[in-house]
Amino acid sequence: MVGLFRIGYKLLVNDRGKFAALIVGITFAVFLMIMMTSMFSGILRRSAATVTNVGATLWVMDPAVNNVLSTIPLPSCILDAVRSIEGVKYAVPLYSGAALIKRGDGVYQAASVIGLDDSSLFGRPELEQGNIEDIYAENGFIVVHDAEFRKLGNPTIGSEFELNDHRGVVVGIAKVATSGLFGIPTLYTTYNRAIQYIPNARFTTSYILIEPKSTSVVPHIQAVVKQLGYDALTRDEFIQRISRFYMYQTGLGTNVLLMAVISFVVGLSISGQTFYTFILENLERFGALKAIGARGSQLIAMILFQASFAALMGYGLGIGLSTLLIHIAQLRLPSYAAMTTYSNLGSAFVMVLIIAAVSSYVGIRKVLRIEPFDIFRG
Amino acid sequence: MSAVAVRANELVKWFGEGDAKTFAVRGVSFEANFGEMLYVEGPSGSGKTTLLSMISGILRPNSGSVTVQGRDIWNLPADQLADFRLNRIGFVFQDYHLFPRLTTAENVAIPLILRKRDWDESLKQAQRYLEIVGLRERAQLPPVKLSGGEQQRVAIARAIVSAPDILIFDEPTASLDGDTGKRILEFIKKEILNEKRSILVVTHDSRIFPFADRIIRMEDGKITGIVNGGAGGEE
Repeated sequence: MVGLFRIGYKLLVNDRGKFAALIVGITFAVFLMIMMTSMFSGILRRSAATVTNVGATLWVMDPAVNNVLSTIPLPSCILDAVRSIEGVKYAVPLYSGAALIKRGDGVYQAASVIGLDDSSLFGRPELEQGNIEDIYAENGFIVVHDAEFRKLGNPTIGSEFELNDHRGVVVGIAKVATSGLFGIPTLYTTYNRAIQYIPNARFTTSYILIEPKSTSVVPHIQAVVKQLGYDALTRDEFIQRISRFYMYQTGLGTNVLLMAVISFVVGLSISGQTFYTFILENLERFGALKAIGARGSQLIAMILFQASFAALMGYGLGIGLSTLLIHIAQLRLPSYAAMTTYSNLGSAFVMVLIIAAVSSYVGIRKVLRIEPFDIFRG
Repeated sequence: MSAVAVRANELVKWFGEGDAKTFAVRGVSFEANFGEMLYVEGPSGSGKTTLLSMISGILRPNSGSVTVQGRDIWNLPADQLADFRLNRIGFVFQDYHLFPRLTTAENVAIPLILRKRDWDESLKQAQRYLEIVGLRERAQLPPVKLSGGEQQRVAIARAIVSAPDILIFDEPTASLDGDTGKRILEFIKKEILNEKRSILVVTHDSRIFPFADRIIRMEDGKITGIVNGGAGGEE
C-alpha cells in the first residue's frame, strides 16, 4: 500500500497549482476557525480572571450571579453560617467592585478593586515589587502589572492617586495569571479599606471564599450552603457558569459559533471543490489504474490518503499561521484576548477530518463509477 | 498446435435501451492462441474495441462468455476480475494514458506497485523493462518529454512489466507515423511475443498487417472473416 500512497502523493503534489489551491483552502479554513475559537477562549478565560487569580476552592454567591462583575452582596450573617458548616477549614469575605481612579496627572480611569480579607489576605497575588504586608499601610493598594497597567500611568511603588476623594498609594506591583476582560486595571487592597473607600449598598461582601478541610467534604458544604439559599461553586464550576453566561446569554457564543460554521463552510467549499476538480482532471488516470487492475479498495485508499494528506498539511499550516498571528498580535496588543486551547485544536481537527471525508466521498463516488472501458476506448 | 489463450463464445454487447439500443458486438466467437499475434481489424464503429474490452475484463458483455484457462472471467467477483486484469492482461492504450506527474520508470512500475511490490524493487524492474524497449536512459524523465514513439514504448514496457500472458494493443499505430509504427510492431513481434504470450491488436492500419499471424475482420459487430496474416493474407 505504501507504493500506492507514493503514487497518490506524487499525483497530488506534482500538480502544483491544484495542490496549492487545496492547501490554501484548508489552511484558510483552519486559520479562521482557530482564530475565532481562540479569541472566544481568550475572552472566556479573561471573563473568569478574578476566579482564576484569587484561586479559592469554593465560592459562595447569590444563585443569580452569573459572572464575576455582576455581584449581589451577601449579608454578613452568611459568612458566620458558612464558617459554622462542618468541614469548612476557613471562610473569608471577598470584595469585588469597580471604582473611578483619578491618576496623579488628573486623568480619570475606571478600575476593578479586589478587597482581600484583612486577617488572612486569602487570594493575594504574587508580587513583582514590594511586600504584601505593606497592603496594611495607610491607603495601601497593590497594582496588577497586566495589559491594563499602563492605563494607570505606569505607576511605581509610592505613586499616588485618588479614589472617591480618598488618597491611594501604590505599595506593591503584582503579577497575575490572567488579565481581566474589560480593559480596566486591577487594584488589590484590604476588604475593610475597599468597603470604606467605595460606596456600597447595605451588604458589602461580594463573595465568601471557602477552603474545605478536604475535597471529600465539598458536596456536603455545597448542600448546606444551598439550604441557606446560596450557591457554593468550585472554581471550575464558577468558571463554567461564567462561560455559559457569555456563550449563551450575551450572543458572543452564537456569533463565534456562526463564524466557526462559516469558516467550516468556506473551507469545505474551497477544498471540496478543488479536490473534486483534482479528481475530475485525474479521472482518466484513475480509470487507467482501474483498467490496469487496481481494485476499488486500492483506489479508495489512494483518494483517502490524498485527501487526508492535504487536510493534515492544511491543518498544520493553519495552526502555525494562527499561532504566529496570535503571538505577534499579543506582542503588539497586550490586551488582545486570544488563547489556543486543546479543544480549539481538537474542534479544528474534527472540522478538517470532515472536510477530508466529504471531499474524498465525492471523489471516490466519481472514481468508482468510472468505467475503464471509457478509458480504453480513448 | 498452440494452446488456446482466450476463448470468446457468442459475445453480445449493446449500448442504450429501447429505441436507442445499438448493437456493438453481435454473437462473436473466436480463439486466440499462445505465441500468436492476432489482429482485429475493421472500419470505425465495427465493434473491435468493444470486443477486446470484453475479452480483457473491462467491459461486461450482455451475453456470451470469455474463457481464460477454463474460467469464465465474467463470473469472477469484482476484486478477482481486477486481479485478472492486473496479472493476466497487459494493456497498451491508444492514447497510452501515461501519468504525466510520474517519471517514466514510475509509470512502468505501476502494475508492480498495484501488486504491492516494494517501491524500489518495482522501479528496478521497471528500469530493466525500459532497457528492453530501449529507453533506460529516459527513466527519470516525465513522459511529456518523450516523443510519441518513445511514449508508445513506455506504454509497452508498462504492459509487459508484470509478465502478463495476454497483451492487448488498441490502435498502436494511430498516433505514429508509418515508419515508427512499423518499427514498433516489428519490435513487438520480435521482442515481446513468445510462446507463452498471446497478443491481440485492434487496428485498421493495413500497413501493419504483415506482422499479424491471423486477422479477424469485423463489420457491424460481426466477424466477417478470419484470414492469415502477412502480406495479402489467406482466407
